Amino acid sequence: MTNEQFQERINNKATAGRNLHIIWHFFTSVKLAIVLLLMLAVTSIIGTFIPQNMNSNIYHNTFGHGLYEVLNALSFFDMYHSWWYQLLMFFLSVNLLVCSMDRLHATRKIIFVKNPSYKLSVFKHLKANKNFSIKAFPENLEGSYKHFIEKKFNKCIVKSLENGFVIFGEKGRLTRLGVYYVHLSIILMLSGGLLGSFFGFEGHVNIPEGGSVNTVSLKKSSESVELGFEIKCNKFNVSFYDTGAPKEYKSDLVILENKKEVVKKAIIVNDPLRYKGINIFQSSYGSMPPEKITIAISSASSGITFNKELEIGDAVDLPEGLGTFSLQKYLNSYNFRGHNIGEAFFGTLSLKDADEPVNVLLPLKYPSFDKMRKGNVILSVMDFETSHYTGLQITKDPGVPLVYAGFLLLIIGCYVTFFMSHKSICIEVCKKGGKSRVTVAAKSNKNRLGMNEYVKKISEQLSAMNI
Amino acid sequence: MNSSLILGIVTFAYGIASVLYASALIFNKSSIGKAGRFLTMGAITGNIIGIALRWIESYDHGIGHAPLSNLYESLVFFALVTAIIYLVLEIKIKDFVVSVFASPIAFLTIAYASLSPNISDRIQPLIPALKSNWLIAHVFTCFLGYSGFAIAFALSLMYFLSNENDSEGKKIFSRLPSQSVIDELTHQMIMFGFLFLSIGIITGAVWANSAWGSYWSWDPKETWSLITWFVYAILLHARLVRGWSGKRIAIISIIGFSAVMFTYFGVNYLPGLHSYGS
Repeated sequence: MTNEQFQERINNKATAGRNLHIIWHFFTSVKLAIVLLLMLAVTSIIGTFIPQNMNSNIYHNTFGHGLYEVLNALSFFDMYHSWWYQLLMFFLSVNLLVCSMDRLHATRKIIFVKNPSYKLSVFKHLKANKNFSIKAFPENLEGSYKHFIEKKFNKCIVKSLENGFVIFGEKGRLTRLGVYYVHLSIILMLSGGLLGSFFGFEGHVNIPEGGSVNTVSLKKSSESVELGFEIKCNKFNVSFYDTGAPKEYKSDLVILENKKEVVKKAIIVNDPLRYKGINIFQSSYGSMPPEKITIAISSASSGITFNKELEIGDAVDLPEGLGTFSLQKYLNSYNFRGHNIGEAFFGTLSLKDADEPVNVLLPLKYPSFDKMRKGNVILSVMDFETSHYTGLQITKDPGVPLVYAGFLLLIIGCYVTFFMSHKSICIEVCKKGGKSRVTVAAKSNKNRLGMNEYVKKISEQLSAMNI
Repeated sequence: MNSSLILGIVTFAYGIASVLYASALIFNKSSIGKAGRFLTMGAITGNIIGIALRWIESYDHGIGHAPLSNLYESLVFFALVTAIIYLVLEIKIKDFVVSVFASPIAFLTIAYASLSPNISDRIQPLIPALKSNWLIAHVFTCFLGYSGFAIAFALSLMYFLSNENDSEGKKIFSRLPSQSVIDELTHQMIMFGFLFLSIGIITGAVWANSAWGSYWSWDPKETWSLITWFVYAILLHARLVRGWSGKRIAIISIIGFSAVMFTYFGVNYLPGLHSYGS
């Protein structure tokens, strides 16, 4: 290696180090945190005005083609999961982490000290101070003053002076860590969220009463996930208040493993079933198409009527040898001359004296609808079996414990940061004639204005003491 | 005696208290301020009784639940908490001036709840999604937070009126506390509000996770509460680390409270999961 090459390598290293330093320095800035929070706040607003994750046709109609393309390219229709929103959050986390480490490093000598030393000179210059005189010698005051400070502060040191003594008290040194709890809590929550998005899922299934599933189709993709067990819905029930508002949705669920019942639980909204890290929530319901229908078949001329139970695909001979009727299909909802008449069956009537089969509509809500056709044969709906399906939200989120730990830490951290402080006090007692001159001074890392009041209160308590 | 009648009287009492506080400032008579204080105490008592009665009445209807389930009930509760906070502050700093600006908030909130034709004061049964013990914890903490921010907002308005330099021409406002005191009180209220907003968001997230299986769904109300949280987080960092104070903090506090208002009312016009709050 020549001298020049060697020199170049050193230079490269130095540049790399400098770059790293620049990046580090960039992330230690609180300005950056403020800018990031501001950007998150402003961009978040957009997503509350543009409805998220809707069908692309709706966006097309609202924004027009050109604007749609632009907004779609910038992921504004799923913006909270877009690369740029996640990047903002990532930057915020790095900012929090680097900033906290930097500050913790700078203040570690204040926070983690085994034997803190106290200097009288420091307290002499404090704004929050008060003096008073008391008719007693310092040696008579020492014991009770020490006792007083020991009760109020968790550290208490007494030093003798030439003509008296000084007591230092201190408490709440570790409350300086409160703000780092808050920052850590946010990192915990975001990593919990990340963990959940990689290893968790959110899906939905509809299970008809009596039916069961062992896979779940996912919300975000068209994929489905094997559950590893079977969920069976024995019964679904919906009840209503007198006002017509829904009162309770309830699904009687059973978990089956290898065809064996392992758990049985009735779930309602707000009371899910949790099994092997998978959560099952009541989320919606609906009616299943009736499998069987009982129709009355009557001849208009003779008035002969008989009932017949039919399933889709069944055909039945009509009275007086008029022909046959076959039940073709079930329709979820049917529009009749612009009116939605709801669920309906659809069948064909093949009459002997007609050339072509006639279509017959049998709406479940209007049993004698077919009379309007004014045919020789009238069909009416007598009875049908209804059953429900239950809509279940099925989720797995291994990040939840981390997120909840973050929640707890955030609350504790905010409380400590806002309402607790690191306080130190100094009480100097000097002999002056037959009296003692007492000087109280105190400092705190927060609420400096409040310290005057605090010092005043302590002084009053000290001077009112019975010696 | 039913809850509606009592809450009607309470509305009236908050209104009179606001007038008394304002007159105390205008005529510079703290004795009138004292009358305002006693009336506020009475109104708070009535407010509590009204809420308790409503709770009992819901059981008489056979649909018993805590009276924190719709917009009307939340507004009545918001007025109560706001009144309690300004009263405590008034007693603590031994000055009624904060109440001059804060008491109208309590009055306007409860008056809006009672008088607006769009707000139903009927006791309604709980829909399945709201049937949870988290309801009380969530609404209670959120509104403690909102009230803290409301008082901070009142203080920020005061800040702009109390101009220390020109005492001439604005004699009414010479009675106001010094700007540094207002600034410190604003900060205290914002810290209080921020803590409870955080707890409110968290209890909401935990509840959402137990009701529909995800602790965060970017529903507009959730998102707006987060935006509010961001605004106050910016304020706290600007103040504690960058040393901002006074005018700039007062401005952010006003922006923050607008975000609170939007989270509370504006969001009802956007589609989302929290539609029962409207």
